[in-house]
Amino acid sequence: MDILSNLALGFEVALSPMTLFLAVVGCFLGTIIGALPGLGPSNGVAILIPITFTMGLDATAALVLLTSVYYGAMYGGRISSILLNIPGDEPAMMTTLDGYPMARNGRAGDALVISGVASFVGALLATIALALVAPYLARIAYKFGPAEYFALYALAFATLGGMASNNQAKSALASFIGLGIALIGIDNNSGFTRFTGGNLHLADGIDFLVAIVGLFAVSEVFFFIESHGKGSAVGVALGKVTVPWREIWSTRWTMLRSSAVGFVAGVLPGAGASLGSFMTYMMEKSIAGKNGGFGTGVAKGVAAPEAGNNAAAGGALVPMLTLGVPGSGTTAVLLAVLMTLNITPGPTLFADRPEVVWGLIAALLIANFVLLAMNVPMVKVFVRILQVPPAILLPGVTMISFVGIYSLSGSYFDLLLMVGFGVMGYLFRKMDIPTVPVILGILLGYQMENNLRHAMTLSGGEWTYLLSSPISIGLWIAAALGFIAPMFLRRYLRKPQMVTD
Amino acid sequence: MIRSDRILGVVVVIVALVFITSAYNLPQGNLFDKLGPKAFPIIVAIGMIVSAAGLILRPDPEADWPEMPSLLSIGFATVVLVGYAYSLKPLGFLAPTAIAAAILSYQISPRPIPAVLTGIGLSVGLFVIFKYALGLGLFALPRSLMG
Repeated sequence: MDILSNLALGFEVALSPMTLFLAVVGCFLGTIIGALPGLGPSNGVAILIPITFTMGLDATAALVLLTSVYYGAMYGGRISSILLNIPGDEPAMMTTLDGYPMARNGRAGDALVISGVASFVGALLATIALALVAPYLARIAYKFGPAEYFALYALAFATLGGMASNNQAKSALASFIGLGIALIGIDNNSGFTRFTGGNLHLADGIDFLVAIVGLFAVSEVFFFIESHGKGSAVGVALGKVTVPWREIWSTRWTMLRSSAVGFVAGVLPGAGASLGSFMTYMMEKSIAGKNGGFGTGVAKGVAAPEAGNNAAAGGALVPMLTLGVPGSGTTAVLLAVLMTLNITPGPTLFADRPEVVWGLIAALLIANFVLLAMNVPMVKVFVRILQVPPAILLPGVTMISFVGIYSLSGSYFDLLLMVGFGVMGYLFRKMDIPTVPVILGILLGYQMENNLRHAMTLSGGEWTYLLSSPISIGLWIAAALGFIAPMFLRRYLRKPQMVTD
Repeated sequence: MIRSDRILGVVVVIVALVFITSAYNLPQGNLFDKLGPKAFPIIVAIGMIVSAAGLILRPDPEADWPEMPSLLSIGFATVVLVGYAYSLKPLGFLAPTAIAAAILSYQISPRPIPAVLTGIGLSVGLFVIFKYALGLGLFALPRSLMG
């Protein structure tokens, strides 16, 4: 059994005291980040990246810390959904539909426990599925040449863009803007400087971390200035927390079904956790029928979206690790981490750096148990943290962003760029232009151009080479469908506003 | 009718044209790099123009922009952050951070005393965490004062 020996290797890495410590810290920070409205998995991980690097953590340690934060944030998002009726992060939005009514009925504790267990089931099953599926997909990815990779990147943009906005032109625009930003700086193949306008600061290109922190974290402060921190509505009190065993047992099929659907939604590039929770909630609602009482505060209504979004979070790691193509906003951020650590995700990662992949998977399995412990018996601690007012939280987040970026390069120019990206993030989100494709463009632009140039050089300039293999034709067809299909499905599946992850 | 979608579309088209003209000055490809450094930027710029044209021709309903006072305070916050970016190095960490954090805090919740306390608390607290717990090389005060 290959997988068992791989997992043994993974646990060897993950069970070192330092890695365990980082996993616990990551889970704790992640749950807080998820619970606080205004901070979600993508911007939470984003502001922690620069700090992680300046601490000098090695690749495995940094990945374990940041993915624990990612998983933790997926768990934590439900806390404010249930208690405040404000999703702590976007994927937790569907949890407000039944979680808040449950809390209003005086069952806040039950809602938190059921959703915590559902999160655990979803995340655990998805992590196991990740361990099973990822090596298989990595083996297929060995067959990919430059033409296939170019098509794969196009697929990622098409599906992510197709899902991310209600207007295809806007998603496409965001992708091209990201690609354009990636082109700034010295061209590594020819040595020519491109599009810097003579500015020496730009010769090295724009660091994607600067763009990520600006778009995801700094832009948030502008939203809170606009709303004056209102919307932190009156919360519901949390009484004694007990475990409603029978109710949890009654949702077992809901949890299993939702985990499976959520995982698949996560693996598809671009779908991500928000779609996972949306699909699972809708699915369970129609299975339960009119008498199911969805929307009035039923256990299945909190179990489905939480199992779904946590499973999707695990699923989204599959394409990120095996193909180097992120399936969601947060995995795009994690891809940035890998690239900064000089780790190229993709099939070779499984062969060359097994300790990174399997250490990560083992750490995630451990993190799930830590998170279950934190989110069920210790949930009251996090409820207290929710009371931090935005007037302290948001300036704090901004200052941490500044210090983080400043500590990376020590350059005021990067800070200015970050503020610029913050303003851009605010304007784009106001105009319903998704910011995740911009990030994806900045991250993948270099690879995409390289693969295209490589393919053209191999073929002697013959463009049909891009469509010369069944795999690449299949990918292009999938890309076209992924981009166009949402236009027709939109009538039935209108995405709620502000969902970007 | 002028909508923000259209304005953005026009801006993007102009940027894309600048991109294309700038790319034309780059050299052609050669045997080892068939496409050369100019082809992909031109593809991207054409993509920008096509999608921007989509915005100009079929703009969405106007975005829900905030009232003038909110816009002004967001503009002011931007100026504060730019100033903070410039002052972090010459003036050290503590003073600029306290001032910038206090202003942002006041803008979110306009109560002066809690805002000032937030600024000072964040500045000192973050400095201690960053400097001593995480070991970042920050300077508390202007370097000229530190000798």
